[in-house]
Amino acid sequence: MTRLTRIFLALALFCLPCLPPLALAADGDPGGDYPKAVAGLGSDSRQTILDSLDAVAGLGDPRALPALDALQDRRLKRDAAGRVLIVSKDGASAVDAASGENYPGPLDALSDPPVNNLVRQRISAVLSALALISPDPEQRLLAAKELAGRPVESARAGLAKALGKETDARVKSLLEQTLAQIDLKSPDKTARLAAIKAIGASGNSDFLPALRQVVDKLDNSDALSADPDISEAAARAVASLERRDLAVRAARDLFFGASLGSVLLLAALGLAITFGLMGVINMAHGEMLMIGAYVAYVVQEFFSNRFPDFADWYLPAAIPLAFATAAVIGMLLERAIIRHLYGRPLETLLATWGISLALIQTVRLIFGAQNVEVRNPAFLSGGFELVRGLTLTYNRIGIIVFVVFVVALTWLLLNRTPLGLSIRAVTQSRSTASAMGIFTSRVDMWTFGLGSGIAGLGGVALTQVGNVGPELGQSYIVDSFMVVVLGGVGKLAGTIFGALGLGFINKFLEPFSGAVLGKIIVLVLVVVFIQKRPQGIFALKGRTAD
Amino acid sequence: MTKNTAGLLSPVAWTAFAAALGAAVLIVPVLNLALPADSALHAPDYLVALMGKFLCYAMVALAIDLIWGFTGILSLGHGMFFALGGYAMGMHLMRGIAGEGVYRSDLPDFMVFLDWKELPWYWHGFEHFWFAMLMAVLVPGAFALVFGFFAFRSRIKGVYFSIITQAMTYAAMLLFFRNNTGFGGNNGLTDFKRLLGFSLLESGTKVGLYVASALALAGTFLLCRFVTVSKLGRVLIAIRDAESRVMFSGYDPLRYKLFVWTLSAVLCGVAGALYAPQVGIINPSEMHPGNSIEMAIWAAVGGRGTLIGPIIGAWLVNGAKSVFTVAFPDLWLYFLGAIFIATTLFLPAGIVGLGRLLSGRKNGRHGERS
Amino acid sequence: MPIEAVRKISGSPTDIDVSRGVILYVENVSVEFDGFKAIDDLSLSIEDGSLHCIIGPNGAGKTTLLDIITGKTKPDSGDVFLGQNIKLTDLTESEIARIGVGRKFQKPTVFENHTLFENLELALHCGKGLRESLFWKLTPARRERIDEVLGIIGLTGEADRLAGLLSHGQKQWLEIGMLLMQAPRVLLLDEPAAGMTPHEIEHSIELLKSLAGQHTVVVIEHDMDFVHAIARRVTVLHEGKVLAEGDMDFVRHNSRVVEVYLGEAHA
Repeated sequence: MTRLTRIFLALALFCLPCLPPLALAADGDPGGDYPKAVAGLGSDSRQTILDSLDAVAGLGDPRALPALDALQDRRLKRDAAGRVLIVSKDGASAVDAASGENYPGPLDALSDPPVNNLVRQRISAVLSALALISPDPEQRLLAAKELAGRPVESARAGLAKALGKETDARVKSLLEQTLAQIDLKSPDKTARLAAIKAIGASGNSDFLPALRQVVDKLDNSDALSADPDISEAAARAVASLERRDLAVRAARDLFFGASLGSVLLLAALGLAITFGLMGVINMAHGEMLMIGAYVAYVVQEFFSNRFPDFADWYLPAAIPLAFATAAVIGMLLERAIIRHLYGRPLETLLATWGISLALIQTVRLIFGAQNVEVRNPAFLSGGFELVRGLTLTYNRIGIIVFVVFVVALTWLLLNRTPLGLSIRAVTQSRSTASAMGIFTSRVDMWTFGLGSGIAGLGGVALTQVGNVGPELGQSYIVDSFMVVVLGGVGKLAGTIFGALGLGFINKFLEPFSGAVLGKIIVLVLVVVFIQKRPQGIFALKGRTAD
Repeated sequence: MTKNTAGLLSPVAWTAFAAALGAAVLIVPVLNLALPADSALHAPDYLVALMGKFLCYAMVALAIDLIWGFTGILSLGHGMFFALGGYAMGMHLMRGIAGEGVYRSDLPDFMVFLDWKELPWYWHGFEHFWFAMLMAVLVPGAFALVFGFFAFRSRIKGVYFSIITQAMTYAAMLLFFRNNTGFGGNNGLTDFKRLLGFSLLESGTKVGLYVASALALAGTFLLCRFVTVSKLGRVLIAIRDAESRVMFSGYDPLRYKLFVWTLSAVLCGVAGALYAPQVGIINPSEMHPGNSIEMAIWAAVGGRGTLIGPIIGAWLVNGAKSVFTVAFPDLWLYFLGAIFIATTLFLPAGIVGLGRLLSGRKNGRHGERS
Repeated sequence: MPIEAVRKISGSPTDIDVSRGVILYVENVSVEFDGFKAIDDLSLSIEDGSLHCIIGPNGAGKTTLLDIITGKTKPDSGDVFLGQNIKLTDLTESEIARIGVGRKFQKPTVFENHTLFENLELALHCGKGLRESLFWKLTPARRERIDEVLGIIGLTGEADRLAGLLSHGQKQWLEIGMLLMQAPRVLLLDEPAAGMTPHEIEHSIELLKSLAGQHTVVVIEHDMDFVHAIARRVTVLHEGKVLAEGDMDFVRHNSRVVEVYLGEAHA
């Protein structure tokens, strides 16, 4: 609480010098009300302090800021004569709160005004109200947000005043909502109805609890609560808010589902290609992701050491490097080990697991067992609020775009190049392809390189949304297998549907079941699904199927 | 035709079996209990527990061999069955220390911590030893039966089955990691004190558990032997090699697979139940997919399709692990990785196969091409 | 006969009602794979005890027909009956095998890591349930039957060899021998002469001829000379339909059959 108010105070103080002095003088009455209000802040009666705070808020005069700050910090004191003083932070001197003159008297016989939590809360509200007259819209926005969180009747006048002059749309809507929230308790029926309507139109589901109270007539402190018009209007507003809330939540799930699906797709795409071609499951596939991620890390370090001015360019530079590194390692593994296990898929599975252990340990020895930090470049940091409650982060948008790029590239490679033709031929029938003069073992090697390279690309993408550590690959392995199982073999479309499907189901389940249970449910669903379609979504039927 | 008419074991094999079992149940206990602690030959308590643990692992390796080596179905989820057995025993041990926890509550400490007021329904009954042991067998068995029925019915095989079992144990691990599942979450079940009234800290109890494990392993071995030398065992190998021919010979492979899969899970459950009190803890990391894959390699190293092989493999791999993780911790994963690669590339029949090759005995009948 | 009852008998051939002299009915069967009609409203009947050949160009649906009869593929429509009373399309592969329909695959499929003896022993007609297998004993009668079949397929003396070490032709015979062990009423043989030397083919012809009578033998074959040597009745399939049926000479001179075969030869 105190820290928050201090931030606001600092903001308010910061903007103080830029205020045109005359603008203020025109607003308040510098001669009469202001000194009285400030002096009241140092009163020995708590009620007087509260009243004075309201008065200060109503005046909207930023000259009161030092006094408010001092009150918050217990540096606002009163001498025996009733003069209200602001003691400096080091406690060595003091000035008169109203006039700003130096105080000559002794500082050891001053008394404190009685400040409690209620007073503190009111102070921060007033501080925010004062910040509302800052010329910087961002600071007004911050102040408005702070006020929206604490709608008190005393702030109404200041709010209404600020609203009248507000030009920034975001601040304006926030202020309107805050006013509406205050008016929700207004004794005037029209004002209350208008407030309810405004809240309903605001689309801010934070108000739902307050509105529901009105609907249920829980607050029967006054006669208006029982008014059927009021509760009916509130019910309409609640329904509208709930509808919007649902839509926003669905959109959010969709976005996060697409983003998770993209991550899964990047993780599983290469796996699906090699599995389709060679019928082997590469347990070290996750480690290719990990290698891609570490390439991104190394490139990042290189750039920030050598070309600090272009540090953000590490990411585009890492993409081809990660592909190449993972692809070369993949091809080496295929040549050295996997090739010798052809026709023994279960043993390939175990051998590749052995490879993955060795790769993990190697990375651990080189980079340490701890996670390394890969930063988001500036163009992937932050996000924008599409509508209230739905912020799209740039890194996730980046991943979705990236996966489209990778899938398009893979599709082109598979469908528009000689290598792709060979890969598709061998996937369909190894023996026929071989008889047609395709060097199947060379195709195996290139395909393995391709699959691993795509995983390397996936690894680069993962650095933007998650941790990078030696065990990065392990955490994706079961999920990417599920994608392959769900999507079936030998069809790019199947893998895409499998990955996105899993992403969406996961994200839509999460709110109901929690992340862990959601994941378990998804695994169970996949197992149930392959009961019905053992060959995946895009099944090949007929005699070729077994 | 000797295969068909011979009994469970040949006379020579019976002698060897009896000798091995006798040595196992006599030597370690004597070295531990009879020799003074300062004697050079004294077997310290931790060593007894370690040996007991290895015996449990050997049972798991046998169970995996039954389903993989003989029937050709590679399970990457046996760690789950093992852990389920362990949890059943762990629950009994937790009930045994009711009222002795930090909170002096009748509930296990972690439940008090979660602010639970009463025991969840699935914890009832575990205060009885017999019930816990029944569950250690029934729960993995029943789960395997249901899972296997659906998987085998829809003819999921090969790597698909392996992946699905991996997902199974992974899902179970996630489930057990949750605090609200009611099995102690991350930490699992631990701080056991007594089993059947014997303190788990006593040397005598440790030796007792060790001997029980040795007997259980011997029983498992004989049971597996009985199954594999019967015609049923030959049907299993036939399913591994040519399932459609088995089907068109009038056998229903679903039943056979289901039988051996469930039997294998039950054996793992028993091993897990013996494991938990010897190690003093059972937690969800036992269900980590990596553990289950490691179990498969025990069988492969020793020699699939033989019964002595998996026992040797489990001891060798875990013995190496004990040595490496202390002496060269950085090299252990390399070594384990190398075992995986070398076994699959160069030793498809494992150490037993290598021994046969070296001794010139030609017997490739169970050599497998998965 | 209710299916439940069929399941219990574990394949005693005497329960099959062949009062009309027909052992196998295929009635209006259709099956489609991804839009391709492999079998198109096919009807066919096989006489009890006959040696019946099914021929046709590649893709005519011959192997798919066997898949349907043996329960490997479920037809989209139509039924298959064994005798008058047993509806095969309701049974599983292993039930169909137990009830007396044996099948040899195009590619010889034997248990390569078992000896010849064990291969035949596994196929032997007996209870095939779990318990029966677990407590199964090799009785003298069973051993005698195995030795007898080893003689029929000409592999006496090879009993202890691993089946994986046999030649291609020997594997074919072993597979036929395994079918005989099942004591089937109907033997379905998919290209039993494929990959055989002329000498081995001759042996096969004798073998099949000796089987007809006690068993019904259905042979799918490409080799016309082989068909001519064995078949009493021939059905020609084309594009999933019956093109012609009759004895070998009739089929040989049927103009549509000639067209299909020659047309294909010219293509």
